[in-house]
Amino acid sequence: MTSILEIRDLMVKADGNIILDLHELVVEKNEVLVVVGPNGAGKSTLLQVVAGLRKTSRGTVKFTDSPDLRDLAYRRKISTVYQSPLLLSGTVENNIASGLKFRGVNQQEIRKRVDFWMEQLHISHLAKRRSGSLSGGEAQRVSLARAFCLQTELILMDEPFSSLDTPTQQELLGDLRDIFTRTNQTCIYVTHDLEEGLAIGDRVAVLFKGKLHQLDRVSHVFSHPNTPEVAAFVGVENIIPGKVERKLDDLVQVKANGSLFDVVSDLTPGTTVYICLRPEDITLYNDSVEVKPSSARNRLHCRVTQLINQGPLTRVHLEAGFNLTALVTRPSAKELELEAGKEVIAVFKSTAIHLIETCSDS
Amino acid sequence: MQNLIDGIIRAIQLLFQGDPEVVRITLLSLAVSGVATLISILIGLPLGTFLAMVQFRSRQFWISLINTGMALPPVVVGLVVSIFLWRSGPLGSLNLIYTPAAIVIAQVLISFPLAAGLTISSLQQLDPRLRVQLLGLGASKIQMILALWKEARLALVAALIAAFGSVISEVGASMMVGGNLKGSTRVLTTAIVLETSRGEFASAIALSIILLGLAFLVNFALTTLQQRRK
Repeated sequence: MTSILEIRDLMVKADGNIILDLHELVVEKNEVLVVVGPNGAGKSTLLQVVAGLRKTSRGTVKFTDSPDLRDLAYRRKISTVYQSPLLLSGTVENNIASGLKFRGVNQQEIRKRVDFWMEQLHISHLAKRRSGSLSGGEAQRVSLARAFCLQTELILMDEPFSSLDTPTQQELLGDLRDIFTRTNQTCIYVTHDLEEGLAIGDRVAVLFKGKLHQLDRVSHVFSHPNTPEVAAFVGVENIIPGKVERKLDDLVQVKANGSLFDVVSDLTPGTTVYICLRPEDITLYNDSVEVKPSSARNRLHCRVTQLINQGPLTRVHLEAGFNLTALVTRPSAKELELEAGKEVIAVFKSTAIHLIETCSDS
Repeated sequence: MQNLIDGIIRAIQLLFQGDPEVVRITLLSLAVSGVATLISILIGLPLGTFLAMVQFRSRQFWISLINTGMALPPVVVGLVVSIFLWRSGPLGSLNLIYTPAAIVIAQVLISFPLAAGLTISSLQQLDPRLRVQLLGLGASKIQMILALWKEARLALVAALIAAFGSVISEVGASMMVGGNLKGSTRVLTTAIVLETSRGEFASAIALSIILLGLAFLVNFALTTLQQRRK
């Protein structure tokens, strides 16, 4: 893989506060790099820096051969799509052509590219419509066509679908994924919605408070978060501090609040860790029923503290010397006759647990 | 009431006779106010754009000053310009007092704050993210400003209408710095004042109708330009 953008030792400050502090971030050619994180993580600031619209306090951003980020020639190698389509007054086709006109592209070429991208985004029938009369989804399609028709080396997208309703969002995500697959367009895609990131990205960079916590393949970040913050962000609801007690063949035993967990890991005894366990990986059994032998080695006696109905699923809050959350289907919850105060056994596999090493071994 | 009716009948006769003095006064009014408006826009549009878009320490002060200038009384402007252009004044050597150029100078001072102030408010009404989007689309600074002017064109033409309206209708400054000299600096408004003071209501009404008609025609043209859909 060839890198297209290299960010090193980047720092951005605002009013004396550090809002972005990245040691290294490299964007590979032809990849869709999703940047996720909660509000205030510095995602949009990162895009502004890459777009050449924001001064940095320190560091380098190397993009192809352009030395100066604020240079017009640099800006013209990048196109942007924002949360709000920000269309100009005038027709759809004039809007799509606007970036090409700024670049002085000839009329024939403009016509060709505008027609092509209107077709790709299924908006050819809107060509003569005025921008003010479009729906949110249509306007965002125009905004995407306007960015893609510039055929830039890099496209920056800042939460492009976050203001759309869910069905429109899903439809656009599907179309965008298809376009990325067909064109091999390199893109940095910022979102606070992890599911959106999973649907669209090749790799994902997770930011918290201006710092990069993890950068990896999307599926790997999902299964192997490397900080408790990332774990919580990717949906791991049970994050329990513990310590590796002993090694047993390919397993380790981790002690947390008096309970012992068998985990597939090669960490050495004495290492302090966070035990990460997804609620959907926990199976519940009635105390009275004997749990059948299976590969699930971990069994915890728990007490139900709260039940929350969530459509087809029920979220079960448990107490086992520490708090634990499980997700069961509604029929299962009914069959188990779950209610607050009931004693149950929580069962989970040794492979379902992911361990995050804490920074200090003390 | 009879005065008014007689005046209107006489005015219509005057208008259709094409009195050369009336034609001359009308053309001079149009030329003086047209040039003053043009200069005001040439100063006000860039100045307003600068103040709307560039952040600097004393910006608020300058915007307040411009906004105050929008309500500047023409007689005060007339007084200041007279002092400067008076034979013994700082710019007396230019011999501009009681010339059409002096009226243009006074009218520019009256109308450019309007042009600048309305430019500021029209650009500030646009979504501030639009600038970032335009730069993101590869616009140069000039292309960005032109695109923003295009987006704000309705309000900017309103600024043009307001600037022209403020000068074609003012009388105080034109009287003071122009002197209402027949054949030289007499414009529609000063002529109306003169005719009224002489009791020549018919002439005053005729000139008023012309003034209103002229204002309407110019505003109609500008409004057509403003409301035109591309």
